[in-house]
Amino acid sequence: MLEIKNLVVEIEGTRILNGLDLTVNNGEIAAIMGPNGSGKSTLSYVVAGKEEYEVLDGEIILDGQNVLEMEPSERAAAGVFLAFQYPLEIPGVATMTFLKAALNAQRKSRGEAELTTPDFIKRVNAAAQQLEIPKDMLKRALNVGFSGGEKKRMEILQMALLEPRFCILDETDSGLDIDALRIAAEGVNALRSPDRSFLVITHYQRLLNYIVPDSVHVMAGGKIVKSGGKELALELEANGYADYKAQEAA
Amino acid sequence: MPAVQETIDRVKEIDVDQYKYGFETIIEMEKAPKGLNEDIIRFISAKKEEPEWMLEWRLDAYRRWLTMQEPDWARVSYPKIDFNDIYYYAAPKSNEAPKSLDEVDPEILKTYEKLGIPLREQEMLAGIAPENRVAVDAVFDSVSVATTFKKELAEAGVIFCSISEAVREYPELVQKYLGTVVPKSDNYYAALNSAVFTDGSFVYVPPGVRCPMELSTYFRINEKNTGQFERTLIIADEGAYVSYLEGCTAPQRDENQLHAAVVELVTLDEAEIKYSTVQNWYPGDAQGKGGIYNFVTKRGDCRGKNSVITWTQVETGSAITWKYPSCILRGDGSRGEFYSIAVSNGRQQIDSGTKMIHLGKNTTSRIISKGISAGHSENTYRGLVSAHRKASNSRNFTNCDSLLIGNNCGAHTVPYIESKNASAVFEHEATTSKISEDQLFYCMQRGLDEEEAVALIVNGFVKDVLQKLPMEFAVEAQKLISISLEGSVG
Repeated sequence: MLEIKNLVVEIEGTRILNGLDLTVNNGEIAAIMGPNGSGKSTLSYVVAGKEEYEVLDGEIILDGQNVLEMEPSERAAAGVFLAFQYPLEIPGVATMTFLKAALNAQRKSRGEAELTTPDFIKRVNAAAQQLEIPKDMLKRALNVGFSGGEKKRMEILQMALLEPRFCILDETDSGLDIDALRIAAEGVNALRSPDRSFLVITHYQRLLNYIVPDSVHVMAGGKIVKSGGKELALELEANGYADYKAQEAA
Repeated sequence: MPAVQETIDRVKEIDVDQYKYGFETIIEMEKAPKGLNEDIIRFISAKKEEPEWMLEWRLDAYRRWLTMQEPDWARVSYPKIDFNDIYYYAAPKSNEAPKSLDEVDPEILKTYEKLGIPLREQEMLAGIAPENRVAVDAVFDSVSVATTFKKELAEAGVIFCSISEAVREYPELVQKYLGTVVPKSDNYYAALNSAVFTDGSFVYVPPGVRCPMELSTYFRINEKNTGQFERTLIIADEGAYVSYLEGCTAPQRDENQLHAAVVELVTLDEAEIKYSTVQNWYPGDAQGKGGIYNFVTKRGDCRGKNSVITWTQVETGSAITWKYPSCILRGDGSRGEFYSIAVSNGRQQIDSGTKMIHLGKNTTSRIISKGISAGHSENTYRGLVSAHRKASNSRNFTNCDSLLIGNNCGAHTVPYIESKNASAVFEHEATTSKISEDQLFYCMQRGLDEEEAVALIVNGFVKDVLQKLPMEFAVEAQKLISISLEGSVG
């Protein structure tokens, strides 16, 4: 379970999050929607621990642990996973190599034994197959020369492999064609479990047809301004964000 | 990926001091008086029981050196060196040269063991397949203390011994080749080396012979205020092949020490030499105190047609590096290759690169250089590619990549390209990049800590070159790079 209370965040003196409250229960899929610049991506970076954001107030608690006191790698080991909107390229590092380094670093940090190579390969191949990722892509340098869709699928593959407790999907649907969207969404749905929660950030209701949320939250001006069930997403799709922008201006 | 993990484990083991080879061996030494003059050169020559011609050669080099100026074009700065404040000869004290390993001072054997270089053949043989054996020449300050596997090599016809021994035992070969690639008066440091060189390795591979094992020399500077001036000469006769590895370390000292080596390689028709270096001289402390001045002239002459010389180097040590392993592509169809990883951290200064001189027809060369700068270091690639008028259809491909870590270091690329033949095709690619905060964050979000993330990204950056190193060296080099970069972030 993730609880965010009164989160206030600035970057270079500009306030982005302005007293944000949000609770995501175990097994829950929460969707966050909102206009451009409402602070959605900032929220995902702050939960994952990106350095340049200054947290002025509030707390983020994951399963009773204060996440804000942890390094990004410790947060990862504790189960925070962020599927990036723009996954980074790591030239010269084979995807397989990267995956193994990441998995073993997390296991080590949790005091677990490293995975043997055959076990590791078995797991990667199973996940790759489900996401229709060809094997030779795993031999290529991570994300280098991958198409937008391939990069996003690779994020889901990493998510499947690392088995996080709390997954953030930052606009995973952007840049995906309809087939790629379906594959990615199926990958996410396969990971749904009673002790794993998701925060799905998106502009469009379309993604939520495939990944059906338990709750939908509207973000504007750096906080949650409205929460509801999955029907809220449909309402937004029909009416746009105009109401909320007006609210923000007022 | 185990190598990366190992790297990280290794980095963690080393707490305060990153330089694990900084210990000193306490042993009684015999030294020539401090300073440089003709008497010192006579002393060295007498110690080595050299023939008259060798002494004359040295004295001629010395007289030329006296007329020369220290070069100042490299992008490095250091206080003026007082060449009279250096010991030019230091050797472990013993009445006679050791005839077998049993006679070598146990302290020296222990030193090499500590460095991970066992000199006892039976120890080296344990569990190693014959094709993976490495013959070692161990040079301790000014003398070669042991050369292993000599007998087996002799059976194949390969001569592998110290240069001092070669001067005495194979004078005709030495006279025929010494100074023919790097002439006595080639440059300031080469002239100095020609005057006072004390030891180094000599290799001769006869026609048609493929050297049955890797050859290696391990240089160790131990004595204080002592310069090391080694001279290496490797000749691959027609159709011969040899792979040679060089490693170097020194104790940690507050004073700067001078290392001015000359390496000459000669390949005759269809011959090939692979020369690999892992240079890990003491780099000085974080404030730039101490460290080795590494002023080295390395040059290969592809004298015969279709011959090949490959230089591979991993440079992590030294306070100052001034070094340009080069190839003269004289024989038609000959090929020169240069693969380099140069890592600088702290206050290190590197000015290094290569020269590919295309003289013959259809000659080809390839340069892959990866510079990594961290801390307050300066890292310069300086390279020359030239085509002579007769070098028709010569080709070069150059790729220079620089990676910056942090905001206080510098990377510079200075390529010189000269072509006097219209059919020559030279390509040059260069990139400079910085490990981005976003890349680091991405890796850390997946569970790697900051050091692990840097190690992973750097390993990716140097992968092309690491693949060119002999296997066991590649693993060693990978570890070295990570150790050198320890504490470079934040």
